[in-house]
Amino acid sequence: MSYLEYAVKSTPTGFRKFLYMNWPLTLLLISVASAGFLMLYSVAGGSWMPWAEPQIERFGLGLTVMFIIALVPIWFWRNMSVLAYLGSIVLLIFVELFGTIGMGAQRWIDLGFMRLQPSEVMKIALVMVLAAYYDWLPSHKTSRPLWVLIPVILILIPTAMVLKQPDLGTSILLLAAGGGLMFLAGVHWAYFAAVIAAVVGLIATVFNSRGTEWQLLKDYQFRRIDTFLDPSTDPLGAGYHITQSKIALGSGGWNGRGFMQGTQSRLNFLPEKHTDFIFTTLAEEFGFVGGITLLTLYALIIIFCMVTALATKDRFSSLVTLGVALNFFLFFAVNMSMVMGLAPVVGVPLPMVSYGGSAMLVLMAAFGIVQSAHIHRPR
Amino acid sequence: MKQRNPKAQGLAYKRLPRRALILGGLQTAFIGGLAARMRFMQVDQADEYRLLAEENRINIRLIPPTRGRIYDRNGQIIGQNTQSYRIVMVREDAGDVDKVIAKLSELIPLTQEEINRAKTEMRRSAPFLPVTLADQVTWEDISKVAVNAPALPGVTPEVGMARQYPRYEDFAHVVGYVGPVSDYDLSLIEDPEPVLRIPRFQIGKVGLESKQEITLRGKAGAKRVEVNATGRIMRELDRQEGEAGADLQLSVDADLQQYAQARLAGESAAAVVIDCETGDIRAISSAPSFDPNLFVRGISVADYRALTENNYRPLANKTVQGTYPPGSTFKMITALAALEAGVVSPGNTVYCPGHLKVGSRRFHCWKRGGHGTVDLNLSLKRSCDVYYYDVAVRTGIDKISEMARKFGLGVKHDIPMSAVAAGLAPNQKWKERVHGEGWLVGDTANASIGQGFMLASPLQLAVMTARIATGRAVTPRLVRSVNGVEEPSGAGEPLDVNPYNLNQVRKAMFSVSNDRAGTAYRSRIINDEFRMAGKTGTSQVRNITKAERAAGVIRNEDLPWERRDHALFVSYAPYDNPKYAVAVVVEHGGGGSKAAAPVARDIMLQALYNGTPPLEAYPVADRDRIKEQQKRLEGDRRPKARPDEKDRA
Repeated sequence: MSYLEYAVKSTPTGFRKFLYMNWPLTLLLISVASAGFLMLYSVAGGSWMPWAEPQIERFGLGLTVMFIIALVPIWFWRNMSVLAYLGSIVLLIFVELFGTIGMGAQRWIDLGFMRLQPSEVMKIALVMVLAAYYDWLPSHKTSRPLWVLIPVILILIPTAMVLKQPDLGTSILLLAAGGGLMFLAGVHWAYFAAVIAAVVGLIATVFNSRGTEWQLLKDYQFRRIDTFLDPSTDPLGAGYHITQSKIALGSGGWNGRGFMQGTQSRLNFLPEKHTDFIFTTLAEEFGFVGGITLLTLYALIIIFCMVTALATKDRFSSLVTLGVALNFFLFFAVNMSMVMGLAPVVGVPLPMVSYGGSAMLVLMAAFGIVQSAHIHRPR
Repeated sequence: MKQRNPKAQGLAYKRLPRRALILGGLQTAFIGGLAARMRFMQVDQADEYRLLAEENRINIRLIPPTRGRIYDRNGQIIGQNTQSYRIVMVREDAGDVDKVIAKLSELIPLTQEEINRAKTEMRRSAPFLPVTLADQVTWEDISKVAVNAPALPGVTPEVGMARQYPRYEDFAHVVGYVGPVSDYDLSLIEDPEPVLRIPRFQIGKVGLESKQEITLRGKAGAKRVEVNATGRIMRELDRQEGEAGADLQLSVDADLQQYAQARLAGESAAAVVIDCETGDIRAISSAPSFDPNLFVRGISVADYRALTENNYRPLANKTVQGTYPPGSTFKMITALAALEAGVVSPGNTVYCPGHLKVGSRRFHCWKRGGHGTVDLNLSLKRSCDVYYYDVAVRTGIDKISEMARKFGLGVKHDIPMSAVAAGLAPNQKWKERVHGEGWLVGDTANASIGQGFMLASPLQLAVMTARIATGRAVTPRLVRSVNGVEEPSGAGEPLDVNPYNLNQVRKAMFSVSNDRAGTAYRSRIINDEFRMAGKTGTSQVRNITKAERAAGVIRNEDLPWERRDHALFVSYAPYDNPKYAVAVVVEHGGGGSKAAAPVARDIMLQALYNGTPPLEAYPVADRDRIKEQQKRLEGDRRPKARPDEKDRA
């Protein structure tokens, strides 16, 4: 009998489960999403259409999904992990074959009422399957090479498929989240050190080969990497977006230019202002104060997740909660670095704020699992 | 089922909180880094980014200034700005551009060239920017477009300002014309003003319009507008009005100018009237002329070819640009130089047998039989050449040249017209410098009668005459006032010439047109108040060979036009109280007394009477002919209905 089933008597039942939900986390999610509605209203020039209203509807759907998932005991979700993973792989194959092409990449399955991005689903499925794997694996085997190889393969399969779409941003996020989970599960330091050393070594070798006889990449490929890493070398092309984003962000100042007064976003200097660059609009209109507030809300979500994770004695619950938090963190960290000009533009939306259905739905579902872990924690 | 009590999970389980804290720490650090970056950008660098954002959003658009108008001395308009209509098209409103253009070309005449240019411009510019389809469109066409507006989406008529010259040919050479700024114009200007880069902005191309460009142009205003990323104007933030160009008032009398132009019609000729008191140029006409309005609109190839291929060179401004050997009109200068040098006195005589041997060459007098004994008065009255050969050789070219400069020959007069020529009053040094040869005494003989190297423009001859008449260094003045502020007068200081000598020359000039034996007696003025003094001139444009001379000099009328002599006449009136000086040059007109003097006299009378003079002012024998001429010129001068005026009415 597993510990969970052993302790099942002490978990709440029926509607009492609502009382045991992580309400601070729920309220934080609602506040962040509301900030998103406000910004979508603003970038549409003071209109609920075309973005804010559908976003609110989807968030409502997302909340419902979260509550439903939260009410289902966490061990059910643990048992569903492998299925979720396999299902996501099937979806990724499906999108590869029949997916809708958008922005030059095959990413979506059109479900009629919304577009589903299997790579988003995979982010959570991967966290779940890895958490379940380490929950199942006896701890003394954690660092044995064979038992390390299995999660590595589990990570690399979807990563490779997403990279082929091509969606570099998401594949890096998958890799980072998977690696993070292995780290949390207690895999030996040496593996990470070796991988990091190997990657650094490879990159160094490729770059050092430039201009020599044994050059590993073609010249144009190097140039492409250059503009990717430093967009300012191409101010009218790739650099234009990032330059305009920095101008918008910086011009916000302390208090911002006022709600719906951001000239950069209102006059269309900002690209993708309702999706990837929505944080820039927020920072332009509400300034440093607004930006820091949102960042604090995000940090609080991470902290509440960590507290939940460390409070539970169940290994799966801990790992899955930390994994969701890590995913969430990677989302906004990459997006914010990008709009502040610290990272290359890789097309990662701002979680819960950017306009977009599937990313938010998947995140809400993931938080549903976190809530479920919280409700059904062993007492 | 396997027991998975947490207690049994060993080392890996213990690691979890530790690793979670490590990862949490890293995440917190990263969030801290993001916050720091945000602080740096939004607090420390906020001002710089704010400035960049403003630069993005705010565009400065220039407001072209209104060009200054040009008036004649009595306030008649010579150059003005009138409304002009053009048809523009906005691509995004038009939908199917080709279809709309095809429909439009059924309504109004559009050349394939215009259509192609407009299409190219449309491809290049933003879809919301209006592109001109047809410029300078008639009112009739505008109304056609307006009536058919529903069938022509995106096509709208627009009103702009265009330069217009209501006196047509009369001031073409004086005022010149404007045209759109070309790349060539820009290349000539160092650091061109931004206003010049406004599409279709017009600047002066030649003449006064070009010379007084800065004064006439004014200062561009500016408005600050907010634009979006594609450049569309969202709203106007503020504007700063520019400064209209200054209005210019010319010294020219438009009516007199019109008369002179009409009087010269049919000839290739130039006439200049100068006010002796102020130096004001009362008329300055070059014939034939052209309509400057053609150039404003963009002249057609056929029209332009007609102008350039005309033998009479309508585009050349003969009054200041054309230089001619002054011929006998130069004799006053030679006489004054000799008198001032003391080599002769007015009473001294020279014997003229019809020729004089100077150096090794024989120089002929125009009168084959000679004039006999000649003194100063007779020499000018009958225009004896030998007298001048003789006194000039004794005076020397340098003194003659110096005297010529004193009277404004060989000197560039500073008036705001295009291509003002300096002419030439040669001296010994000049020949050595330019030709690398020593000055020959024969050159002096040629120069003494205004031939050889000697060159003067009609303007210079008029100035010379005004200076002889007044004894002052009269300088020509074309612009009388700028925005109502009067320009300095050209009355000038008294010349450093003995008044007695000057008076002797004047007396002789009086005889020229008032003494029965004078060369211009037939063109005298019959009014004691307005007696005219003058001097004829006939300048050769070819050398008369010995063989020709032996066969008898061919009469001008028998020569082809371009080989005939130039006819010149300079005069001033009234004799005792000089008011106007007139110089007339008729290219290849034949003799000065026959071809130039009557023209000068008619223009002089017109100026003196400030309108059509009474027939009594003319010699009795001429009155019938003059009456007819007056009637004919009246007819010419009545405002003609121009084809393009009819269009606009």
